[in-house]
Amino acid sequence: MTPTLPGGLLHQIGFHIFIWEEMTTVRQEGKDKIIFVTKEDHATPSNAELVEENPDDPYEERGLILPNGDINWNCLCLGGMASGPCGTEFKEAFSCFHYSKEEVKGSECLDQFRTMQECMQRYPELYPQEEDDVPEENTSKAEPTTEDATATDSKSIFDSVQASDSTQASVGSPLES
Amino acid sequence: MLKCRSVWRKLAPFAGASATLCRQNVRRTGLNNGRTPAHVPAAHMATGPAGGGGGGQNHFYVLLVGGTCLGGAIYAYRTVKGDQRRYQERIAEISSRPHRRAKEATTSIRTEAPAVAEAEAQVKPPSREPSGPAPDAESAAPSETTQPPQADGPVFGGAAEEAPAEPQVEEAARRDSAQPSLTLPWHAPYLLIGGGTASFAAARSIRARDPGARVLIVTDEPDLPYMRPPLSKELWFSDDPAVTDTLRFKQWNGKERSIYFQPPSFYISPEELSKAENGGVAVLTSKKVVHMDVRGNKVKLDDDTEISYDKCLIATGGVPRNLQVLDRAGEEVKNRTTLFRKIEDFRSLDKVSRNTKSITVIGGGFLGSELACALGRRSHDSGLEVIQMFPEKGNMGKVLPEYLSNWTTEKVKTEGVKVLSEALVKSVTCKDDQLEIKLKDGRLVKTDHIVAAVGLEPNVDLAKSAGLEVDSDFGGYRVNAELQARSNIWVAGDAACFYDIRLGRRRAEHHDHAVVSGRLAGENMTGADKPYWHQSMFWSDLGPDVGYEAIGIVDSSLPTVGVFAKATAKDTPKAVTEKSGTGIRSESETEDVASSAAAPSAPAPAPAVAREDDYGKGVIFYLRDKVVVGIILWNVFNRMPIARKIIKDGEEHADLNEVAKLFNIHED
Repeated sequence: MTPTLPGGLLHQIGFHIFIWEEMTTVRQEGKDKIIFVTKEDHATPSNAELVEENPDDPYEERGLILPNGDINWNCLCLGGMASGPCGTEFKEAFSCFHYSKEEVKGSECLDQFRTMQECMQRYPELYPQEEDDVPEENTSKAEPTTEDATATDSKSIFDSVQASDSTQASVGSPLES
Repeated sequence: MLKCRSVWRKLAPFAGASATLCRQNVRRTGLNNGRTPAHVPAAHMATGPAGGGGGGQNHFYVLLVGGTCLGGAIYAYRTVKGDQRRYQERIAEISSRPHRRAKEATTSIRTEAPAVAEAEAQVKPPSREPSGPAPDAESAAPSETTQPPQADGPVFGGAAEEAPAEPQVEEAARRDSAQPSLTLPWHAPYLLIGGGTASFAAARSIRARDPGARVLIVTDEPDLPYMRPPLSKELWFSDDPAVTDTLRFKQWNGKERSIYFQPPSFYISPEELSKAENGGVAVLTSKKVVHMDVRGNKVKLDDDTEISYDKCLIATGGVPRNLQVLDRAGEEVKNRTTLFRKIEDFRSLDKVSRNTKSITVIGGGFLGSELACALGRRSHDSGLEVIQMFPEKGNMGKVLPEYLSNWTTEKVKTEGVKVLSEALVKSVTCKDDQLEIKLKDGRLVKTDHIVAAVGLEPNVDLAKSAGLEVDSDFGGYRVNAELQARSNIWVAGDAACFYDIRLGRRRAEHHDHAVVSGRLAGENMTGADKPYWHQSMFWSDLGPDVGYEAIGIVDSSLPTVGVFAKATAKDTPKAVTEKSGTGIRSESETEDVASSAAAPSAPAPAPAVAREDDYGKGVIFYLRDKVVVGIILWNVFNRMPIARKIIKDGEEHADLNEVAKLFNIHED
């Protein structure tokens, strides 16, 4: 049975210390500490303290809608929609939709949507016209923040964008791989 | 003046020699009749002393001296005349050239042209073979008249050079791929130097934020912007035999995509850039920026074209480092060495791997290990021998703590790679069509091909001409927290040594960093003024059992605390990663490999805890002054936001096991 040493003197290589109460194994190899934990060990909630998030932090990545109500065109959630060849048309259509105060939101924006769709039809490679709901952020680990604008027909885009609109995609977290 | 000097120089030895000879003779024979010696040196043509005394010996001397003087004089005369002739010819040739160029310039429409054309004319002749100046002039003239006049065109500089005349046909063909550059945009509001990941991310950012922005990307590669990670990972695992052409790979979710960020239809051509109503992104390929004039806000390309800008991003990345021994090893060795970075390197290495019997990867970092594993996979089918050698004790020795590095090395070995650790290359020679690598400890390795993956040298070629600061510790251009080097110049990607508010000044060579920094630079170029804050991450896959994501400063020299889940029967990394979907996992690898992990080099633990050395999954914290500055998520995925938060907080945590609880490592 190995005796427990006073805290801090765990610098012998390959020395095992069994802390019977917690069933956690701790080992020290030089400057590196190795801890093995069972599921039960980690069952109790953590008492680690995290700093509170500031929602108005100017440095943070923003969601789709900025604090002042404007649209964040560089939002990761939009993929490349606002920056591609049809970016201008997309911005116009979506701005109109966003600021629309009509009963049926965006009903007065049909012209802009049509222009946008016409533009997108000119670039079928970039805007494939298929029923695919997910704007392509989370597809490739190779590009967690860059995406190709393989967004689909405008309706589904606006559905998904509207969804993130209301949930206020925060700090880029859902947009990681 | 020149004539006199050259004459004197040619004659001086003779003059000196003959003069002394003469004088000596005079003294010897004796000037009995009182003729002064002063006359003698002047008479180097004449036969010196008058006859008299001495007898036959004198006559001999006289003849000898006279003959020498005469011969010398004749030689000198002919040499001088020859020089003069050659000189005249050269001057005549040079003076005839400006005359021809001036004829061209006068036919152009430009107003300020003459001065510019003269300057270009002087520059042009050295670069062109003097084979066809006449046809050049003729074809250049019509091309200039057909080009539409640039509305407000000062320094144009492009058209004359780019006329696809006879002597330039081969150049035009090389530069081709839809880049006739007849009407090159001379002004780009946003100029991005470098066509890689950072540049593309910036272009996207700029276009999103500045409506109708006109962005010009200038790259010395012939390809449009593409992502690099698949070149050493996914592309090697593709079943498609045409993968080297298509460059398409399968993502973890099963969808296929190309390594190119966007297909060619996304971009507009440089010629259209200034006219496009809503702007766009244009890419100028196979052109290198060689000079930057910060005062004048313009750059010069390798074909002497000048492009002016309002805002400029330098995202030139880097070039692979080479080992000194390889650099000095000679042509034969160099032909059998690959420095891996670009698409063409992937293509050539793919070809090599099919046609050789043995490849050695030198380097134990990310790229080296990934390539070794990718090639090792191939070796299962083809019998290719894959060797990896590096000076550290284990793979990723500079990144992972020793116990994990050793564990990883064992995994790499199971991928079919012969790993030689603590290997320092002393010399490389080519013998009998094979390479012989001699190590410092005496080991000898025979192989057919070498891949050197020993680091990246950041490209700071423009630092001198632009007057930009280069960092001596990390390399790269030194920029502030907002990635700005000078008022209109930003730097992003591998080439940027930036100030990270949280982690201090550093330089990162990862894909996600290129994306994050490129994006940030683009935002700041459009007025955002945000510092680097969203911490970038990176990842690596080395086969079915080793996959990790990391963030922050992950340096094995820092003290670490690793919290691992005690492995249970159902915790196979393969199952975990397939479910969360992170990398390519080979179907042929079985779980046998996972559970029979070789013991690390630490003293053998008691049998009761043998299973604990199976570092299946966990979290490793890297500490600097008790603050977590880096985190590795070892076979746990989709927890990066938590890791990012911990680094962002920068707090001292007393018990890192408690922090580890936040990651729920036991769950999928």
